[in-house]
Amino acid sequence: MSNHEGQKPVRKEMSRRQFLSYTLGGTTAFMAGGVVLPMVRFAVDPILQKKEKSAFIKVVEESKITNDPVEYKFKIHQVDGWYESEAELVAWVSKGADGKIFALSPVCKHLGCTIGWNTEQSDQYVCPCHGAHYTRDGKNLSVAPKPLDEYQVELKDGFVYLGPIVANTRV
Amino acid sequence: MFKAVYNWIDERLDVAPLWRDVADHEVPEHVNPAHHFSAFVYCFGGLTFFITVIQILSGMFLTMYFVPDINNAYASVDYLQHKVAFGGIVRGMHHWGASLVIVMMFLHTLRVFFTGSYKAPREMNWVVGMLIFFIMLGLGFTGYLLPWDNKAYFATKVGMQIAESVPYIGVYLKELMQGGTIVGAQTLTRFFAIHVFFLPGALLALMAAHFFMIRKQGISGPL
Repeated sequence: MSNHEGQKPVRKEMSRRQFLSYTLGGTTAFMAGGVVLPMVRFAVDPILQKKEKSAFIKVVEESKITNDPVEYKFKIHQVDGWYESEAELVAWVSKGADGKIFALSPVCKHLGCTIGWNTEQSDQYVCPCHGAHYTRDGKNLSVAPKPLDEYQVELKDGFVYLGPIVANTRV
Repeated sequence: MFKAVYNWIDERLDVAPLWRDVADHEVPEHVNPAHHFSAFVYCFGGLTFFITVIQILSGMFLTMYFVPDINNAYASVDYLQHKVAFGGIVRGMHHWGASLVIVMMFLHTLRVFFTGSYKAPREMNWVVGMLIFFIMLGLGFTGYLLPWDNKAYFATKVGMQIAESVPYIGVYLKELMQGGTIVGAQTLTRFFAIHVFFLPGALLALMAAHFFMIRKQGISGPL
């Protein structure tokens, strides 16, 4: 192993140019980051903000609900950035074959238009935009890929309370 | 990876001369702070540009939340300042940068004046620089109204009063700037449009001319 003696150790040397471009590039990146990162965080804030779950709202007396769906309107307090309002929501409320009260969201699961009951076909929800059909339980018959969403239902003191929207549990 | 992409583009478009033209330029010894520290006075023009870039960037992001409307302007500024993450920072950059850009521009102007750099053949660049100065003042004036708070409102009222004092055309000038007979809804939208479209457009064009001329004519000689 003595043949290594007298040989200079091979060092990987960095050229002056390379050193300067790394330090200058690093400093520039740091400064640009300091400027740009707060702005990016500022811009993406909406997707990082906590979403509030909507509260249960008293909508109608339990005794008024029949087997046929009826449209009920109710208001929720909506906070949209700096704009606060009482937004009106719509629910189609009826009693199912199992005797349970359920409330369907009127938002079509195809592309989000508003469906109506018994408008073009009897005993069906129909969407006017692209002709999606649903049964009274909200089961999608055509066009729409999913059944209608449901409001969470709470029954208290003889009243129907509607809460957050969840996926259909009946079909 | 980056190198491969760059080479691929360069093979087709020969972009190297483009950025070399921008990057390779003479920096005489008398303007290089590494040689004479006092040469830092030659940095103010570049600093003005740097802050201008920050102003444009932070301004673009602020418009994501700001509404130029008398009912919502203050509320939206209040919201982005207090409810949005880094809102105070981004708005702070725009707020303090606005003052700093005036300071830097003023120092740059002083340097050009006292080194006599405005003399032939660079008179046109001095004139363009002066136009940039007034554009910047315009940006400051129009931007000041946008938060639509008391300070903004009355500062603009005062500005309008000053405009009105111009002989003969003052009255019309004031009404044109206000977009009506009062400082109100139409003034706010008008100032917003001027602040984010008209003046920045003019500013970019003038800065391009400013930089083109300094490149073409070179930096003025030592004292």
